[in-house]
Amino acid sequence: MTSTSEARPARQSVGDWFRNQLSNIAPFLTLLFLVAFFSFASSSFMSFGNLQNILQQVSITAIIAVGLTFVILTAEIDLSVASVANATGIVVAFFTLQDASVNIANIPLAGGFAIILAIATCVALGGITAIGVTRIGIPSFIMTLAMLQICDGISAMLVRGQIAYAVPSLVGELGSGSIFGIPWLIIVAALALLIGHVVLTYTRFGRYVYMVGGNREAAEYSGVNVKLIIAAVLMISAFCSGLAGMLGVAYFGSAQQNEFGTYLLDAIAAVVVGGTSLFGGRGGIGNTIIGLFVLGVLNNGLDHINIDSFLKILIRGLILLAALIINIYAERLRVSRSASH
Amino acid sequence: MDEAAIRLKMSHISKSFGGVEALRGVDFTLRRGEIHALVGENGAGKSTLMKIIAGVHAGFEGEMLLDGAPVHFHSARDALKHGIGMVHQELSVVPQLTVAENVYLGVQPITRLGAVDWAAMNKGAREQLQKLGLDLDPRMILGDLPIGIQQLVELSRVLFSGASIIILDEPTSALSPPEIERLFRSLRSLRDQGNSIIFISHFLEDVLAIADEITIFRNGRKVVAAPVTPEIDKAWIIQRMIGKGHEELESSYLGDITLASPKGARTVLEAEGLSKAGAFRDVSLTVKGGEILGIYGFMGCGQIELARALFGKLKCDAGLLKLDGAPHKLSNTARAAKAGIAYVPESRRSMLFHHEPIYKNTSIAILERLSRLWLKPDAERKIARQHIESLSIKTPGTEALLGNLSGGNQQKVGVAKWLTYLPKVLILSEPTRGMDVGAKEDVVKIVRNLRDQGVGIIIFSTEPETVLSLADRIMVMRKGTVSQEFADETISKDRLLAAA
Repeated sequence: MTSTSEARPARQSVGDWFRNQLSNIAPFLTLLFLVAFFSFASSSFMSFGNLQNILQQVSITAIIAVGLTFVILTAEIDLSVASVANATGIVVAFFTLQDASVNIANIPLAGGFAIILAIATCVALGGITAIGVTRIGIPSFIMTLAMLQICDGISAMLVRGQIAYAVPSLVGELGSGSIFGIPWLIIVAALALLIGHVVLTYTRFGRYVYMVGGNREAAEYSGVNVKLIIAAVLMISAFCSGLAGMLGVAYFGSAQQNEFGTYLLDAIAAVVVGGTSLFGGRGGIGNTIIGLFVLGVLNNGLDHINIDSFLKILIRGLILLAALIINIYAERLRVSRSASH
Repeated sequence: MDEAAIRLKMSHISKSFGGVEALRGVDFTLRRGEIHALVGENGAGKSTLMKIIAGVHAGFEGEMLLDGAPVHFHSARDALKHGIGMVHQELSVVPQLTVAENVYLGVQPITRLGAVDWAAMNKGAREQLQKLGLDLDPRMILGDLPIGIQQLVELSRVLFSGASIIILDEPTSALSPPEIERLFRSLRSLRDQGNSIIFISHFLEDVLAIADEITIFRNGRKVVAAPVTPEIDKAWIIQRMIGKGHEELESSYLGDITLASPKGARTVLEAEGLSKAGAFRDVSLTVKGGEILGIYGFMGCGQIELARALFGKLKCDAGLLKLDGAPHKLSNTARAAKAGIAYVPESRRSMLFHHEPIYKNTSIAILERLSRLWLKPDAERKIARQHIESLSIKTPGTEALLGNLSGGNQQKVGVAKWLTYLPKVLILSEPTRGMDVGAKEDVVKIVRNLRDQGVGIIIFSTEPETVLSLADRIMVMRKGTVSQEFADETISKDRLLAAA
């Protein structure tokens, strides 16, 4: 009896540490494993040029994932991110003078106005989502699904099956230009991640985001305006998506419908693979960065080892499933531990 | 008593949770055809012992003999197979299902074709419930019925399951006096058929009315076991339940408290005609600075909803609220907190962040005053240290996760988070539920201390002892309305209960 009760605390604390860190350790090990694997399997993978490739490839996803991290930390979800990005990219092109060959009945404005209108559009879309979720009480899963469709509709109405190419010069520079050999897109994505991290970690608002996600009822009983926080994260998410959408149009070189199709899944995967809890309250931008690298290395590495491109899609799905399983188990371990007290 | 009549014999039972001993070498004997009451303060170990008997806690030390043969149950199902059924304190009904489905939960009768035999189920459920004096349509959705009826439905499920040893944990807490009388009639008839019933209750009147045998627990130990004879009364039980040196608490159990409201204090909170459909109607109350208003009522009388409404968590249909004489809109909890209303809900789970360190728990409600934009973790830790010291919270430090604290210490953190800047009004819902004697007295001290500093305090409780030991003025709620108010007079528990 005495010996077991003495041995127990030590064993518990190691176990506790592991359980608490499981959601952080697992993604990092996954990343190390993938890097090691592709370095071994392909001679062209490990190079500075390819690192820049990877960074550039994940930049658009990264900007979207910053906003999505806020949303998922509050235990909500935003399924409209890619569609908001698409609609915002099309809006900025819609208000830009296009080449005569482009058959769109658009309204050319000065570049600054086009950008302001595009940002106003994505924030307004986020505002509608926020009202639906917090005022009317529609679950975010359903509300953002509706917004996904609405944004796709806006995109379709504006381009009517055509493709626009021109964007304001500022957007064009940030999306496809570079400075000292570093693409602006990478810099913008890094800044977005940095700002997201600082807000989440060092500001009062960031604390509220974690507390609302950790225990919504307790936050409300502590006098936190939970609805305001949720509205704010949904609007931050829409803003990030809009920013990504504008830069994406410049990065891809065109604005057309359905060009952000894969980004919804990629952004959610990056956040969740990184270890941010789908139940809210745990994780953060650091996790999202790891998740972005896992996805980026995976997508890029699979290109380097000359794998069947159809198999690639399946592998991505399996990796996401594995991450979800770890996410759920990490949460379950934590809950069972706290319940034993 | 001959040995053959002994159904269950437990010897030297010990059980600990994470280093905290819940039971220390306890003996317990249950005979055929007896109603055996188990009393003790919260945390005395009675529920733990019962959960061992019912197979909920599989790991324990000591010996358990059922009908003379050693047994060790590994699950509730295991215990049920041996004829042991338990009704837990927390309702475990499924509110979305019908009354009949709840009565037959897990044991639905099946027709020859393998479908659910609804006719048999509804008929059987109706008959069972009639034995408890309930005449209701078994096809009704259980969640639509009052909480007392839900409790009776849950009781009937176990009472008539064929179990020969039935454990009831606080079965009467949500029941009205006539419902209790009907329950007792059923229990006596089950006993007379040779079943054994273990009856856990805080309501000593109920214990004295129903029990044949009584066992008293204190701090994880058995104090005494005795047949209930006319010499045994409440005072006798209480003395053994709480031991020596708790005279103040003891007096609150025995009644005759003299209420004295503070003279000349200003009114801080004034509510007029608050109504909420299905919960409470036309409730008016005032609280003065430096006064403790106790609001007592049975479970489900609307007082929990009223407490939430005062904090803006629940929207009222009608009514006015004034704070320091100025109208206050009850739109959300953030507004209430900002205006100086603090609220400690009845469940720790809904007021604390178990996966966060203590300092984040004590600062959450005052972050707005600590920081505009940037967090100041050092200031938060300093505040946490002050609270840990002044409320003597037992913890390794400010970084300890809240979930690793004991229940009583968690409760203190829940109160502490409102104390850095004194609120105008502090609302406490069930402030001492689930606490041991020591933690209870700490809470009483903290609350009195706040009152003396001029805070207006409202205590909502379904435990008469809590209200009696704390309140300067008492309002009693019955079925959503205020039925009586006691001020500047001497009051006993009997009068309080009579008004509810």
